[in-house]
Amino acid sequence: MTLRLLLALAVSLSGALAQAGEVTVAVAANFTAPMQKIAQAFEQDTGHKAQLAFGATGKFYAQIKNGAPFAVLLAADDETPARLEKEDLAVAGTRFTYATGRLALWSKSLNLVDDKGEVLRSNSFYKIAIADPKLAPYGAAAMEVIHKLGVQANVIPKLVQGESIGQTFQFVNTENAQLGFVALSQISIDGRITQGSAWVVPQSMHTPLKQDALLLNAGKGNAAATALLTYLQGERARAIMRAYGYL
Amino acid sequence: MYLSAEDFQAISLTLQLASVTTVLLLLLATPVAWWLAHTRSVWRAPVASLVALPLVLPPTVLGFYLLVALGPNGPIGQLTQWAGWGTLAFSFWGLVLGSVVYSLPFAVQPLVNAFEAMGPRPMEVAATLRASQWDAFFTVAVPLAKPGFVMAAMLSFAHTVGEFGVVLMIGGNIPDTTRVVSTQIYGHVEAMEYSQAHGLAGVMLVFSFVVLLGLSWFNHRSDQHKKVGA
Repeated sequence: MTLRLLLALAVSLSGALAQAGEVTVAVAANFTAPMQKIAQAFEQDTGHKAQLAFGATGKFYAQIKNGAPFAVLLAADDETPARLEKEDLAVAGTRFTYATGRLALWSKSLNLVDDKGEVLRSNSFYKIAIADPKLAPYGAAAMEVIHKLGVQANVIPKLVQGESIGQTFQFVNTENAQLGFVALSQISIDGRITQGSAWVVPQSMHTPLKQDALLLNAGKGNAAATALLTYLQGERARAIMRAYGYL
Repeated sequence: MYLSAEDFQAISLTLQLASVTTVLLLLLATPVAWWLAHTRSVWRAPVASLVALPLVLPPTVLGFYLLVALGPNGPIGQLTQWAGWGTLAFSFWGLVLGSVVYSLPFAVQPLVNAFEAMGPRPMEVAATLRASQWDAFFTVAVPLAKPGFVMAAMLSFAHTVGEFGVVLMIGGNIPDTTRVVSTQIYGHVEAMEYSQAHGLAGVMLVFSFVVLLGLSWFNHRSDQHKKVGA
């Protein structure tokens, strides 16, 4: 009797295991916080497990090109996924924009950053951090804003660069830089800035920070990978992204 | 092989950083190593372990602690602000400080070995000849420990040239101030400029090999020397 029960349990478990898949996801650093929440919800709703690796999109590109076993890429830009698709490293036709990021000028000091970015014309800071414009789309967008405001002369001598938006945040968070351009998702939750002062840069001041996702060759035929890409476009995932300031 | 003006700038900055660091390290490591080689204090083991820590700790840990410590609310940051130097993160001297910490064991260990190998005898003889402690140190100990000094200097220099994680964490990638060869290579790789990355990476490879080869020859020669002398 007990044996039969155990057997039945084993059979049902193996059935469940066969359905619940696993997907390894390369996630852009700026999307860390929302993706952790989305992965939890994804597991609750579908039973699939998402293994997340966070990092710089450029590094992921090099790793994928050299055979890294990521099934899905959530990039920080739209160029890298397009390039991967063109180089036949990803499944054609699976690429879409999962989120559009927002840029914010942020300081830990309460009154440093005003709501128009006028602080960039002042002398009330020594160091301003941005992500490396060559490597990170948030850095490139920050440079566009600096040029649009015409504050290069005041700002560029004070620039320090983080290799990723994560490191840029760290520079400002430890106050080694008095202010910096970071991702809104890093400093806000439910539409509120969690600490310090910030200027949420209007979208019109820079190229939209379109972040694309796609299915990589390693994820071909992986049900969990396809499910995740669909899930990212669903209402529950969208709500989490909105809470972090993505569009 | 193609190297841009920025690459050369990074090379020159790296050489400056490694030179300054090596000089400071020799000044700092000599008394520490002398004390470690001679003391019977209970503090010997804790101090030796502390000095060796950078060998074991990942540079990200060192870099992270340094970033926090150098910040305006950190202990070093408070000190440098009080002294009127501002904060040191993202500056050349910040990198020097990081490099001194990072390469400290590479300077201390060869010196400890050299001082220990010397034994107490030469200094005792010097004392019986009425040489003062300082006199004996500079005229007897330093020449005898010369291989140790050469090795400490070469290793400190090479290790600082090869430093990456700490610089990445406290440097801020400013051209001509904190953008050294290793971070420049990293930038090239990240930006998918692989041919430029190859150029600089090749320079690093050749440099590192030549230093190690030099060390090997030097060790061999000084061993031979000892045998002949004995």
